[in-house]
Amino acid sequence: MRRYSAFAIAREAARYHTGWERAWRSPAPKKEYDVIIIGAGGHGLATAYYLGKNHGITNIAVLEKGWLGGGNTGRNTTIIRSNYLQDASAAIYEKARSLYETMSQDLNMNVMFSPRGVMMLAQTEAEKRGYLRTAHANALQGVQTDFIPPARVKELVPIINLTGPRYPVLGALWQARGGTARHDAVAWGYARACSDMGMDIIQKCEVTGIEQAAGQVTAVQTTRGRIGCGKLAMVVAGHSTALADMAGFRLPIESVPLQALVSEPIKPAINVVVMANTVHGYMSQSDKGELVIGGGADGYNSYTQRGSFHHVEETVRALVETFPMISRLKMMRQWGGIVDMTGDRSPILSRTPLGGCFINAGWGTGGFKSIPGSGWAMAELVANGTPGSLASAFGLERFREGRFIDESVAAGVAH
Amino acid sequence: MLIFECPYCGVMADETELAPGGEAHLTRVGAGADEADFEGYLFHRKNPRGVHFERWRHAAGCGKWFHAARDTMNLEVFGTYSAQVFAPPKELVAVIKKKRPDWEGWV
Ligand SMILES: Cc1cc2nc3c(=O)[nH]c(=O)nc-3n(C[C@H](O)[C@H](O)[C@H](O)COP(=O)(O)OP(=O)(O)OC[C@H]3O[C@@H](n4cnc5c(N)ncnc54)[C@H](O)[C@@H]3O)c2cc1C
Ligand SMILES: [Zn+2]
Repeated sequence: MRRYSAFAIAREAARYHTGWERAWRSPAPKKEYDVIIIGAGGHGLATAYYLGKNHGITNIAVLEKGWLGGGNTGRNTTIIRSNYLQDASAAIYEKARSLYETMSQDLNMNVMFSPRGVMMLAQTEAEKRGYLRTAHANALQGVQTDFIPPARVKELVPIINLTGPRYPVLGALWQARGGTARHDAVAWGYARACSDMGMDIIQKCEVTGIEQAAGQVTAVQTTRGRIGCGKLAMVVAGHSTALADMAGFRLPIESVPLQALVSEPIKPAINVVVMANTVHGYMSQSDKGELVIGGGADGYNSYTQRGSFHHVEETVRALVETFPMISRLKMMRQWGGIVDMTGDRSPILSRTPLGGCFINAGWGTGGFKSIPGSGWAMAELVANGTPGSLASAFGLERFREGRFIDESVAAGVAH
Repeated sequence: MLIFECPYCGVMADETELAPGGEAHLTRVGAGADEADFEGYLFHRKNPRGVHFERWRHAAGCGKWFHAARDTMNLEVFGTYSAQVFAPPKELVAVIKKKRPDWEGWV
């Protein structure tokens, strides 16, 4: 693999860009792999990457029914933060956030990680108390967050309206080290690095069946034929139930569309990420100048990758009252992704009732931020067959045992 | 946008006046049930790609709970029916089977 660098750009500019290589190979599937990963989203690719990098396992295929990064990874609003309430969440999200800091160097791909700061507005007394609690919990967990007063909010976000009309801003939970990254680049960077380690990323290859013998997974059936495997990792977000049905076990997951939209591009107006959970909207500005806006999730199961129209109105209404200056902006594009919601709004990194088969799912509305940490922990689980310290709290058995990792209060909104 | 005919008041209601109530016809297990059954009742969901039966409430209308059958892949609505039943009506199942021959049927 030829490395990307400032020198490479100059060299290619001088020869009319004729020397760029393909970023990853597109091989035909082999008959068998040590590990098959289903789903070439961020989590599947990161799992493959850390299996290779941390555990020396490279006879891996990542199977993707569409194109890599074409699921939620390429559809999300890229907020990265780690100020969760529960210890297990803070650990894995903070691991991920810290890995984002060095990801561009690690993958030799500019993922445009921008630690511009993430602000979560407190707009009711209850929300304020909740965030104060999170700030204290984060202090104990070693995650740097602060509860800041309204005056500081206004300093950081001059375009914000602090006084209502429905909900005044009472302060905010502020994580200065949070931010955003380029979602496609994260998927591409992992894919390129995996391909370079000799792994096969096979696109347009849908898994349609799972074969087992004596309680152990042996192979997958795909639209490109049968492929044998020693171990299998399902990392397919909103499509997890379909895969679990093939393997013969049940999941505490429901799939719903979550939407986002972007405005026409404008000059720099806001240089932090603002989330307003009470009125239900969040916003940041991309490097191109578009305002990137997160909308609502539908309240019912659906795989339409579109979402209900009335959520657009709710979201825009919330943001217009928070940032009155955007009221005349046109919205350019709107889309949806199918997110995988669990009962406690926390992810699943787990063994399954089928031997040799592991699952990583349930990141729901907020799993872009966790991609590197999740891949790290999932690789450990798949390589060793048992979860390490990052994944151990996220097993499927927690639902039966009542050990929920309840983030539904801390993360009541889609992000 | 989803539009259901409320089987109680007869109004064609769009989803902004309805509240979703999740998967229908769950077996509600009691205090004596074992852990696995309880886990299933509380957490496991069919979450199908295709035909799905759900509970809905005409929240901003007559207020009644009812059942609905629809397709989760394209939001086509097959029909709505009373809340006071433990399984979808046979006629509705037949209608769906006709439209979706590959559907495994009501199980
Ligand atoms: C609108 C929106 C906004 C969001 N905003 C944020 C945010 O600001 N911050 C944040 O942290 N998170 C956010 N999220 C959540 C985040 O996008 C997801 O949690 C994360 O991208 C999930 O990654 P993944 O790799 O698990 O899934 P995906 O990226 O969806 O990848 C799964 C892949 O599996 C493939 N697949 C499915 N079935 C099969 C099969 N049978 N065979 C082969 N391949 C299959 C799919 O095609 C897909 O490419 C948002 C999500 C959405 C939809
Ligand atoms: Zn009614």
